[in-house]
Amino acid sequence: MSETDKPDGLALGHMWVALATFLLASVLGAYQVLERAELIPLWAEGYYTSVTAHGVIMAYVLTTFFIAGFGYYCASAALDRPVWNKPLAWGGFGMMVVGVLMVVYALVTGQAMVMYTFYPPLTAHWTFYVGAALLVVGSIAWVVIMIVMPIQWKRDNPGQPLPLIMFSTTANATLWLWTLIGVAVEVVFQLIPLSLGLVDTVDVGLARTLFAWTLHPIVYVWLIPAYQAMYMFVPQVAGGRLFSDEMARVAFIMLLVFSLPIGFHHLYVDPFQAAGWKLFHGFGTFMVAIPTLITGFTVIAGMEIAGRLRGGRGLFGWLRTLPWHEPMVLAAGLALLMLTLGGFGGVVNASYAMNTMVHNTMWVPAHFHLIFAGTTIIMYFAIAYHLWPKMTGRELFSRRLATTQLWLWFIGIVVLTVPWHYVGLLGMPRRTAAMPYDPEFVAPWQSSAVLMAVGGIIMTVSAVLLIYNLVMTHAARTPAAERELRFAQAIQPPLKLPKPMNGFALWNWILVVYMGAGFGYPLLQFFILDVQPALAWGW
Amino acid sequence: MHVDPLEKIWIGIVILLTAVMLGSIFYTAFAGSVHPPSNVEVVDSTALHLTEEFAEDNLGVRDNEDGSVTVTMVATRYGFYPQHVEIPAKTPVTFRFATPDTLHGLHIPTTNVDTMVIPGYVSEVNTELQSTGTFPMYCNEYCGVGHHAMWSRVTIVPPKG
Ligand code: HEM
Ligand SMILES: [Cu+2]
Ligand SMILES: [Cu+2]
Repeated sequence: MSETDKPDGLALGHMWVALATFLLASVLGAYQVLERAELIPLWAEGYYTSVTAHGVIMAYVLTTFFIAGFGYYCASAALDRPVWNKPLAWGGFGMMVVGVLMVVYALVTGQAMVMYTFYPPLTAHWTFYVGAALLVVGSIAWVVIMIVMPIQWKRDNPGQPLPLIMFSTTANATLWLWTLIGVAVEVVFQLIPLSLGLVDTVDVGLARTLFAWTLHPIVYVWLIPAYQAMYMFVPQVAGGRLFSDEMARVAFIMLLVFSLPIGFHHLYVDPFQAAGWKLFHGFGTFMVAIPTLITGFTVIAGMEIAGRLRGGRGLFGWLRTLPWHEPMVLAAGLALLMLTLGGFGGVVNASYAMNTMVHNTMWVPAHFHLIFAGTTIIMYFAIAYHLWPKMTGRELFSRRLATTQLWLWFIGIVVLTVPWHYVGLLGMPRRTAAMPYDPEFVAPWQSSAVLMAVGGIIMTVSAVLLIYNLVMTHAARTPAAERELRFAQAIQPPLKLPKPMNGFALWNWILVVYMGAGFGYPLLQFFILDVQPALAWGW
Repeated sequence: MHVDPLEKIWIGIVILLTAVMLGSIFYTAFAGSVHPPSNVEVVDSTALHLTEEFAEDNLGVRDNEDGSVTVTMVATRYGFYPQHVEIPAKTPVTFRFATPDTLHGLHIPTTNVDTMVIPGYVSEVNTELQSTGTFPMYCNEYCGVGHHAMWSRVTIVPPKG
């Protein structure tokens, strides 16, 4: 591929929006920990607006832009062809930016204190919902391109296995398409009409069930790029091999199929879904543990191969010979540690009955900051450090600074989330600006609140260092860098694959059935029960 | 397809682990009847005061003939009504909640009393409280700018007789 055909501008444009907004949201995170530790005065409107903005940016803006940029870059590198239909890609980008600006307008004017979960019958200004819808619609351009490019490639290379990076990117695009259906229906048919005053009432049970459809698979959409880097960049950078291409495909397929129909575990204590359906989704939730644990095995095996090739001996000696000064390798090590801790918390959340002990306590943000802000985002950092030199043609400004930044992020996350788990078990609620309850109840929470403020500040410092390093790289003061993007090769690269392991037609049909079973009646019931819908509320 | 022998062992371990966790969940659900609050009961939230059950005069703690207790409460911005309830320990209790306005949640910390309260639906929690003392019952689902001020007290007293 010629230099000018590379999707550098496209990928950089997406990723810079992601990281600039990430920096802003990190500063809001610091504000939140200070406010929760009562180190700054109570300002309820400010707190709830900040939590909404922090959640929306981290969960929707950062992720959607980063994943799209990453996908475009990897697809063109792996298939060795330019991104198909660049005007469509830029059109999607523009629409997403307009959407974000509309959401920001609603937030800064104080008209969107509804959390990133949208929270009807609380109602935000209509620009909040229309903006969110534009962000989603714009991202569909990416989905289309990520589905068309492998189809074209397969036509030109009949019978050949799709490169694993493209296969998994298309898995993620497919997952995103399924995922967004729930929230799209909620926003278009319930929230936008409600916020514009076109309807007076909304069925909150229906709205929450639709949102739950989206709320679980979306976390796997965010996680998959991190897994892709672990499978295909980490062994390559460490000097090893991918342990198994085929098991990696199986894991991505299982992530797609199992993560979609289990959203009800967010509704365990909602009154409008019957126990049997909750149990059904609880069962499905534990099935997602299988591809996750297989991924852990394959990734660690890839790292072990690298360590042994570099002369490591004995049961754990290979750990010492790994190149920990490489951001990609260090990030993977730290990410796996956080994934283990966070996974344990997730098992508690997912357990049908134990959930009532921790529901809506600080345990929940502790769990998802470990997995999402920790595991996932630290791999996004490593991806950024890996791709910036390829995209800008300049060496990374400082590798030392990069590893320092990754360590700081890891330490910050641990200091933030360990006390959160503890106070969660004591009952400290999440999403609250103050805790004016019986003093003897609140007093034991205080020391943990101070610790979490320390952890949060460390993370924000780390976020600033990341951006500094990338800006300095982009500002082109560094020597020229090698630009080719390489992916780890499997020990036994597949020569031929059965059709279901090289495309998604079969899996989509299975999903039609599985989603129908999991959500069919639970959604239909709202049209059979005599529900009296709720009125819209301000804040 | 090629699967490494080591990988096969690991897959076996993973499946066993998952089966044990699911087994314990299904066991407590079916043998111990442990379920989250899931009653699927509708109510007109805009006219709660006109219903028999959630009319102001009928709220509070009621003793049932079988020795159990029913607690009926309304969750509204920003408080639970009545603002203070007294419940016997080690006695089967049924909490019933409804709201006339927006989303709420409630939690009595260190107990398993936790449910969402959603306009249009009645939430029910069945439990038995073990330790005595006074606990806050606070709103744990964001319900508006006064959310943090939404709490009441529950006193758990020794059982009668
Ligand atoms: C700079 C480091 C960060 C700090 C100090 C921080 C801190 C916080 C705090 C204090 C809350 C609110 C807790 C509550 O009142 O319930 C919160 C919520 C949240 N955070 Fe972070 N966070 C950080 C980074 C991240 C990252 C990197 C992500 C994901 C990419 C993330 C995602 C979220 C989400 C989704 C929420 C929930 C918002 C809601 O409840 O509506 N955070 N964070
Ligand atoms: Cu409330
Ligand atoms: Cu509340």
